[in-house]
Amino acid sequence: MSHPLKPGVAALKGALLGVSALAVAALAAPVEAQTLRAVKHSALRVLDPIMTTAYMSRNHGYMIFDTLFALDESMTPQPQMVDSWEVSEDGLIYRFTLREGLMFHDGTPVTGDDVAASIARWGERDGMGQMLMRFVADMGSDGDDVFVMTLSEPYGLVVDSLAKPSSNVPFIMPKRIAETPSSEPIPEQIGSGPFKWVADEFQPGVIAVYEKFEGYVPRSEPPSWASGGKVVKVDRVEWVVMPDDQTKLNALLSEEIDYWEDPPADLQPIISANPDIEMRNLNALGYQTIVRPNSLHPPFDRPEIRRAAIQAISQKDVLDAMIGNPDLYLVCGAMFICGTPLETDVGAGALITGGDPEGAKAMLAEAGYDGTPVVLMHPTDVGTLRTQPVVVAQALRDAGFNVDLQAMDWQTLVGRRANQGPPAEGGWNMFITNWVGADVFNPLTNNMVGGQGPTGGGWFGWPEDADLEELRLAFTRAGSVEEQAKIAAQIQEHVYEMGYYAPIGQYFTNTAWLSSLEGVLDGPAPFFWNIEKN
Amino acid sequence: MWLYIFKRVLAAIPVMGFVALFVFLLLRLTPGDPAAIIAGDAATPEQLVLIRERLGLNDPLHVQFFTWIWDMLRGDFGTSLLSGTPVTKMILSRLEPTVSLALTTIVLSIVIAVPLGVIAAWKQGTIIDRFVMALSVIGFSVPIFVLGYVMISVFAMDLRWFPVQGFRSIFDHGPGPFFERIALPTMTLTLLYVALIARITRTSMLEILNDDYVRTARAKGLTEGRVLMRHALRNCAVPIVTVIGIGFALIISGVVVTESVFNLPGIGRLTVDAVLARDYPVIQGVILLASLIYVIINLIIDISYVFLDPRIRYA
Repeated sequence: MSHPLKPGVAALKGALLGVSALAVAALAAPVEAQTLRAVKHSALRVLDPIMTTAYMSRNHGYMIFDTLFALDESMTPQPQMVDSWEVSEDGLIYRFTLREGLMFHDGTPVTGDDVAASIARWGERDGMGQMLMRFVADMGSDGDDVFVMTLSEPYGLVVDSLAKPSSNVPFIMPKRIAETPSSEPIPEQIGSGPFKWVADEFQPGVIAVYEKFEGYVPRSEPPSWASGGKVVKVDRVEWVVMPDDQTKLNALLSEEIDYWEDPPADLQPIISANPDIEMRNLNALGYQTIVRPNSLHPPFDRPEIRRAAIQAISQKDVLDAMIGNPDLYLVCGAMFICGTPLETDVGAGALITGGDPEGAKAMLAEAGYDGTPVVLMHPTDVGTLRTQPVVVAQALRDAGFNVDLQAMDWQTLVGRRANQGPPAEGGWNMFITNWVGADVFNPLTNNMVGGQGPTGGGWFGWPEDADLEELRLAFTRAGSVEEQAKIAAQIQEHVYEMGYYAPIGQYFTNTAWLSSLEGVLDGPAPFFWNIEKN
Repeated sequence: MWLYIFKRVLAAIPVMGFVALFVFLLLRLTPGDPAAIIAGDAATPEQLVLIRERLGLNDPLHVQFFTWIWDMLRGDFGTSLLSGTPVTKMILSRLEPTVSLALTTIVLSIVIAVPLGVIAAWKQGTIIDRFVMALSVIGFSVPIFVLGYVMISVFAMDLRWFPVQGFRSIFDHGPGPFFERIALPTMTLTLLYVALIARITRTSMLEILNDDYVRTARAKGLTEGRVLMRHALRNCAVPIVTVIGIGFALIISGVVVTESVFNLPGIGRLTVDAVLARDYPVIQGVILLASLIYVIINLIIDISYVFLDPRIRYA
């Protein structure tokens, strides 16, 4: 005999049954892959991190490739793919033994031949790699797991070069891929890094997808920057492209994305007010914004005029206009970044003390400046580059320069700055750009302190200076960090004296992520291993 | 009729050819260097030369143009200079969001705007008419991005009825996730198109409602519904269909702001990204596609006139 239940009890029973059904369904349902959705600073377009220096390509490289060495947070090179290494007594032969179990995503083991081909391709493209190659007589393997590098003369920066943290990073690829000419993109995305590339789901400008590489054997040390154990704790990472900052903010607040690499300063108060989101600077070296005069054409073909221009500029004025929040910038005269062993403000002068337009005016009068216009290129479509030219132009005008501030989009600037002709023929006199700190933190990675000139492979602006090149060579032969710092200071003083370029501020960007993520790592680039999603 | 269609298709060929030449020259005369974009900030002039050589950018312009035309005639629209992805694949992957948005917007707009326009004309001078006209002014005046943000704020952030952004393919994810994601951008764009179509419908109806045959229809004792829908509306279909067709083509060829605000990976965003990156093959492919769509839609509109108004004949 059954008894009718009271309405309240019936409702409770129904609810319990419903909950039980849901629980059973949940248990029976397949476990969903744990996916970390991140919005990066830009879209990934070029997939070859050696052919281009674009930071998105470098970040992509860190996902799917691995490196022989990597810098830790104290900027000391640590072995990564390398298990052990030895250097011959004469300092000419380096033998690197690879770790056991290293494997590419196609299942083939990593060999010394793969390493040799990869380093050779990197050495064709990268400035620090090119310098290393000037000292390399031969590269090859000794057995499957030993990479041998033979030098023509001792070189103090072999391991530092192989641990280069930013573009171009010496990533290791299979030999058949690394043999692609460095001016052509690699045909496959096969690495030995902690993530695998999901080619089928790649939509340029929309999404890039990575999956955990189950065959990756991480090191046992704790992670520190790009060194240590690269333990992947999610199944899948998606880099979603969103063109609009407000949309990114809304997506983060509604938990549709987990991670936003570079929220703009004006939206950060909203993010920091949300207890479910964490936000901080992950890159201790930050960025350096720089001004570069063109040494080939008047008025900046004369060092005294270039010096006057730099004398007129105030880093603080630039940074106040560009960043605003003093917590996110640093007045820093160090060409090789404040916070590194090479930090010094020697030669920076008025740049870091508020600028000196009156002094600059006097310098111009003494130099006999004839009013030749300064064509200053002004990219108006890039948030982090549109402010500085306006401030610099005003500082130059205050000093008596005749400034022609020309608005354009960034890609027009990128094309135009390669023109070595005079401004009247499509050339230019000055432009401003930004660098990741890790790209300019020593005289070999910092393109602006080169003196190779217009035909010797120099960077845009093309100063030709044999003394400077000698100093850079001396830096490579330095036997200690102290000696390196001494030579770096000489280089910096010389570059300021000649007015080849000026850092006009160091700044930092915060990264924001949901509090449900744990283990977000600091580093010179964004890393996605070690992150756990709860 | 068939001869007319054939002639129109033939006439489209020189139009497309002219568009191809114009786009090609415009891009080559615009400052910017794809090689510099590919190589990145630290590239040396020597590296740029090598990349330009590989991309064929050092070839004379006429060689580049005819190579491109020849490849297209063989069905090869080229590959993206940056990612190496075939242009056809890139465009096809972006078509679904754009076509979906165009269809849902136009269908919803017609369903709302045509009755509103008819009622506004029928009740000319009344509060209903003024309401429809006010709605029309608002639809034209409020910038799409403002409307988009308001929609997101209310329906996604506060009420949590819809996701903030993104797109889900109806083929891959089914109708639920598809409509969930396309709803807000559709509602946003619909306000603009309702304003446009309702205004045209009202104006056309007003002209016709004063005609003799409408008066005759009423004198015969037909209901207002039959007079409006069967006699009046049918006779003002031509301008309405024209506006709808052009509106559809406009959405297909790219609604960049809407796509950006709602993060829809459509043709509009592809075009802007390609222009900013000076990705010549992609820009050329997208603009040719847009012009082709315009040509086809114009043709369809012209042909529809015959069915909507039997007095129209094409020789």
